Amino acid sequence: MVKVVLSENFVALTGGCRELHLPVDNYRDVIAELITRWPQLEPLLERSSVAIDGLIYQDAMYETLQNDSEVFFMPRIEGG
Amino acid sequence: MAEAREFKQIGTSPVRPDGIDKVTGRAQFGADMILPNMIHGKVLRSPHAHAKIKSVDLSGALAIPGVFAAISGADFPGGALEGEASGEGGGSLTDIAKNVIARNKVLYHGHAVAAVAASTPRLAQEALKAIKVEYETLPPVLNVVAAMADASPLVDENNFTNLPEKPENPSNVANIGRLERGNLEEGFAAADIVVEREFKCPMAHQGYIEPHACVANIDETGRGTVWCSTQGHFEFRSATAKMLNKNIADLKFVATEIGGGFGGKTVVYLEPLATMLSEKTGRPVKMTMSREEVFRATGPASGTVARVKVGLKKDGTITAAQSWIAFEAGAFAGAPYMPGAMTIYAPYKLENFLVETFDVLVNKPKVAAYRAPGAPQAMHAFECALDEAAQILDMDPIDLRLHNAAEEGTHASYGPKFPVIGFRECLEAAKNHPNYAAPIPEGAGRGVAAGFWFNVGMQSSAEVHINDNGTVMVVEGSPDIGGSRASMCLMAAETLGIEYADVRAQVGDTESTGFCNVTGGSRTTFATGMAVTQACEDVIADCKRRAAMTWGLDEDQVEWEDGQAIPGPGVNADVKPLSLAELAGKAAKTGGPIQGRASLNAQGAGASFSVNFGDFRVDRETGKVDVLSYTAIQDAGKAIHPAYVEGQMQGGAAQGLGWALNEEYIFDDAGILQNAGFLDYRIPVASDLPMIDTHIVEVANPIHPFGVRGVGETPIVAPLAVATNAISRSIQQRVCELPLSPPRLLAQIDG
Repeated sequence: MVKVVLSENFVALTGGCRELHLPVDNYRDVIAELITRWPQLEPLLERSSVAIDGLIYQDAMYETLQNDSEVFFMPRIEGG
Repeated sequence: MAEAREFKQIGTSPVRPDGIDKVTGRAQFGADMILPNMIHGKVLRSPHAHAKIKSVDLSGALAIPGVFAAISGADFPGGALEGEASGEGGGSLTDIAKNVIARNKVLYHGHAVAAVAASTPRLAQEALKAIKVEYETLPPVLNVVAAMADASPLVDENNFTNLPEKPENPSNVANIGRLERGNLEEGFAAADIVVEREFKCPMAHQGYIEPHACVANIDETGRGTVWCSTQGHFEFRSATAKMLNKNIADLKFVATEIGGGFGGKTVVYLEPLATMLSEKTGRPVKMTMSREEVFRATGPASGTVARVKVGLKKDGTITAAQSWIAFEAGAFAGAPYMPGAMTIYAPYKLENFLVETFDVLVNKPKVAAYRAPGAPQAMHAFECALDEAAQILDMDPIDLRLHNAAEEGTHASYGPKFPVIGFRECLEAAKNHPNYAAPIPEGAGRGVAAGFWFNVGMQSSAEVHINDNGTVMVVEGSPDIGGSRASMCLMAAETLGIEYADVRAQVGDTESTGFCNVTGGSRTTFATGMAVTQACEDVIADCKRRAAMTWGLDEDQVEWEDGQAIPGPGVNADVKPLSLAELAGKAAKTGGPIQGRASLNAQGAGASFSVNFGDFRVDRETGKVDVLSYTAIQDAGKAIHPAYVEGQMQGGAAQGLGWALNEEYIFDDAGILQNAGFLDYRIPVASDLPMIDTHIVEVANPIHPFGVRGVGETPIVAPLAVATNAISRSIQQRVCELPLSPPRLLAQIDG
């Protein structure tokens, strides 16, 4: 099961849920499952970065996940 | 990059290719562009920090002979614009459009209200006086903490704090950030000592020497070209097109040589105005800001108030940390409140923490990105609190940090586990540095602090063209601010196996190369470098195919080594290697010109840590600070061009020390900036600083083909706290408000 950790600003929209485990093998399915459960998350997901097993993606989509992967949503960073 | 590699080109420091043009004045900056029939644009700016615009009458200006056009906010398409500006905290394009030219309200002194185009700059300036604007002044909101109170006047009566459920009442607080872990109460209960302080950092400008400048040349069909000083011409094109409701295909943007940006040239100011004026007049329009306009109307870094509390055990273990930071956004939302929250504790293993940050509107210029946006202010507060804790515990400040240092596998305070990082290596390099072993000069104090930035990837494109003599032209779309053309040449030469001298690089305009995001976030050497490397690999694959064709071998029987195609191991072929030059010379017979290309969205940028220390002495009679020595240590992953990396570290240190020691925006009670020029806004000059000693740590980023992490942002982070900690130790009192200018220090010394 892939561990999915939501960022702090998601929590108010998920009824307090901050962490969940999903039986998925790619990132696209994580997004689909989150939007199915909490449709109002979609705009936040669009504006988020994500760390998959510690590797930060500004724009993930099709990345493959392992059974013990950790997917961590975080605010998007651009810098100056 | 799993193991150390030997490089032939990477890690050398050839003379910068743009150097001679810049020191001889040949380089063409934004304001150097001159076109036939060109006229000149000027901007009328608000005399009030906060006011309603009741009317704008342009007729007086338009009646002056030699004035070709005059525009106000009413000339621009209204309504919401989709998308956000580039750069950290760029903000929504809807807000940026209102920042480019005010609509119904002016929100800071210097906010653009109207613009004219005339035959000469002087006439354009005179014509501004003939524009009549009727204002209804409003009380300015100038104090970030007072602005957060319910009773505060509102900068924007339509601003509601961005919460899941819309609040009942508008507020000056645009956004709130919050990160937490563990149990604060238990953490502080386990502490042997607690340090609690409030720190202030002033609004400070990036201080780039070249002012904003552009020339727009739009023809009668609405198509044309804009030359501008920018960190990202593709995103400037997009923003300008959206603000003017134009097709981006109708606009070509050319990035001129740039005289500094540091984040401040990631958003548009003049380009939409010049484009509209050119379209209205049918003539090229040049617009150049004065230094005063740069200070009054372009984005500085946020001023902040930060409250920090940290608990530690006697052995130096941090048991809990709590922070509250208010960031000034200026007139529109977009302060780096989240990067501040995400960086403040990033270097450390923490079990119990809370950080709350706030993006607060005030009637000051809209802030813009400045190297590592949000990190210098936030980390200044925490690094100073840690230094005080080290003094109380009688611990070496580097040892205290080593005791708590994050490392590979640590859950970063902003969430995910760190992959391989080099913070511990930076701390150890500092501890072992001869400058740290040197005695502290009499009367001086030594300050130590850490710095951090995430670094980013994002989108880049590159093409590599092989000339018929085997020399190489790299074309990419990242404006060269910190020497990226030399770095691209080095990476191309290394990948192709040829000499650096045989490679040239140029920054293509928006019609000459593929999309690139802004040069910012320490991303260019990392991301555009990956694109160049992949484009070179594309060339190598093509060259191997052509060599195989020439030799009558299969493609997989050919290898590429030292800039030439050779038969692979075990391949029985009596042939001479074919060099890149030989293959290029015969290209017509093997399929035509050789070129490679790559476009990507680079992921996996590697975080960069730094440790800085320095010895500072305060003259107790005048309050003047002497920086006696300064040492900057940073993990670059891999230094492609070490001299440029050192330059980034030294430049960041100089800018950070300027922010720490003298730089600040000084507003009067009406919200008018009192020091809008380099005479009164004092950036460091050469005589203010010693030689900045550097030490590059190289803990490779495994994602990048050469191990690059990016280096441009992190260097500015640590110097603020280094200065504060050194001066606090020098005068034996904790100082908590920047800048540490002579009057402020004298007041503190005198009690």
